[in-house]
Amino acid sequence: MPLPPKIKGCLSLVSDEQGYLKEGAPITDSTPYEVRRAQELNAQLGPKGTPEAVDLLCDLHNTTANMGMCLIFYSFDWIALHIYNYIQSKMTSAPVTAIQMDISETYSLESVGKHGIAIEVGPQPHGVTRADIFNLMKEAVDLTIECLQKLNSGKKHVLVFCEDTVLPRKHVKAICNCYCTLPTGSTFEGGKVEAYTLVKSVDYPRDPTTNNITAAIHPQLQDNDFKLLKPGDPIFLSFSGETVKHEGEELYPVFVNECAYYEKKIAFHLAKKVTVTFPSVSVKKVD
Amino acid sequence: MSSCLNEARRVAIFGGTHGNEMSGVTLVNLWVKNSAEIQRKRVETKPFITNPKAVEKCTRYVDTDLNRAFTPENLSAPGGDNLPYEVQRAQEINRLFGPKESPDAYDVIFDLHNTTSNMGCTLILESSKDHFNLQMMHYIKHPVGLEVGPQPQGMEFPPCTVEAFRVLERIDYPRDANGNIVAMDCDWEPLNPGDPMFQTFDGKTIRYHGPGTVYPTFINEAAYYEKQQAFVTTRREALVASAIRKV
Repeated sequence: MPLPPKIKGCLSLVSDEQGYLKEGAPITDSTPYEVRRAQELNAQLGPKGTPEAVDLLCDLHNTTANMGMCLIFYSFDWIALHIYNYIQSKMTSAPVTAIQMDISETYSLESVGKHGIAIEVGPQPHGVTRADIFNLMKEAVDLTIECLQKLNSGKKHVLVFCEDTVLPRKHVKAICNCYCTLPTGSTFEGGKVEAYTLVKSVDYPRDPTTNNITAAIHPQLQDNDFKLLKPGDPIFLSFSGETVKHEGEELYPVFVNECAYYEKKIAFHLAKKVTVTFPSVSVKKVD
Repeated sequence: MSSCLNEARRVAIFGGTHGNEMSGVTLVNLWVKNSAEIQRKRVETKPFITNPKAVEKCTRYVDTDLNRAFTPENLSAPGGDNLPYEVQRAQEINRLFGPKESPDAYDVIFDLHNTTSNMGCTLILESSKDHFNLQMMHYIKHPVGLEVGPQPQGMEFPPCTVEAFRVLERIDYPRDANGNIVAMDCDWEPLNPGDPMFQTFDGKTIRYHGPGTVYPTFINEAAYYEKQQAFVTTRREALVASAIRKV
């Protein structure tokens, strides 16, 4: 969905963080632009948490970090996992990773839909269009729609059940929150996928008086998103030449040197690797 | 034959001419705090943030591109505070480090920039005939040790040749009738006739059909989208600098 004219100025945000919804606040002339947009989008694509909300909201993002093709979920529900699994199995042009943000209440745009994913592709400087990054994102969206089309194809309305348990329709809706139709006997195989769960964020070293950053991401960490960081590995190189090393447990750095996160006091996130099991989805005809 | 030049005593290092180009901003701020690293005998070096408002907002410019603002019209424009911010800054910088083309101007100004293009370290010269600049460029690429001991005339830099790229033309992105970008470039160098140049958003390739091989640079610089520039073509040249020494 295109933004109104603000996009021409190629600003990353006008006021407040676009994509983080604040609910309930009445709109006045002094309401920040992005809060107003959040309420408009909630009305158009939601409302969040209601049956009228879109089934899937897919939010497209770029990052200055070297994260390649990455899917971001706030909950590992079965649709999200099947989409991830599908894209990962079909995409040959680049490896695909997934990150679960693991927070109980979500305020980003894709939380408006019943299910949501963010497609995050980098590295790309903000304001620049790179052909290789564009192609990756297009391929990911094409595969997402293809996956949903396969889930939804078929002429009959049938019950959906998981792992050989037949569920009454109301229970299916409660779990899946969407109405699925499949040709009789079709199965979307479940399985296991590797993903990352965020643990914590690390800020840049800063001058205690001015709060200005005093170091850059170390060259050995720069562009090495998803490569295991061990205690003693360099993480920052100060402008005066000193190395700061990682202390603590072995974790995976992501969003390393994302330009927009300087103001959020995040140099990189640290994540742990998890294996997530997701159920098969198969269909039987209803009498 | 060697050129005799006055000593280059007053040097300025500018950062933040574009407020979101962080290397220059960071370096100049470091040197403003502690200039020991950039001080040398017989050279006075002044580090200076040229566009502080843009640096504060981490944006290229506030009203207009400072790096295009040093025109005779701008430098002599009346109006003070009513002028665009960068025109005011241009006048201030011209007063402090110029006036432009006068004997009071600083001897050398280094302006530090970053680019979203994959250009590595590039030195940009305004003139191909400035032997002092060419010798400096050569030194940066091939530094030599400084001889110890009194040398009343200063070191002579022998004649040298430097490889450079001369800008030929600016190429814009393909645009549709509404003036929107409909394609973007692909990374490659050098560019031969027939080589792919743009990929349209619907997947077609647009090829280069110039008369000969060119060397594209500033490929996909974010700030140049508004200047209708996808990249510039250049031609390789060997520039000859005569020997130089101090008068």
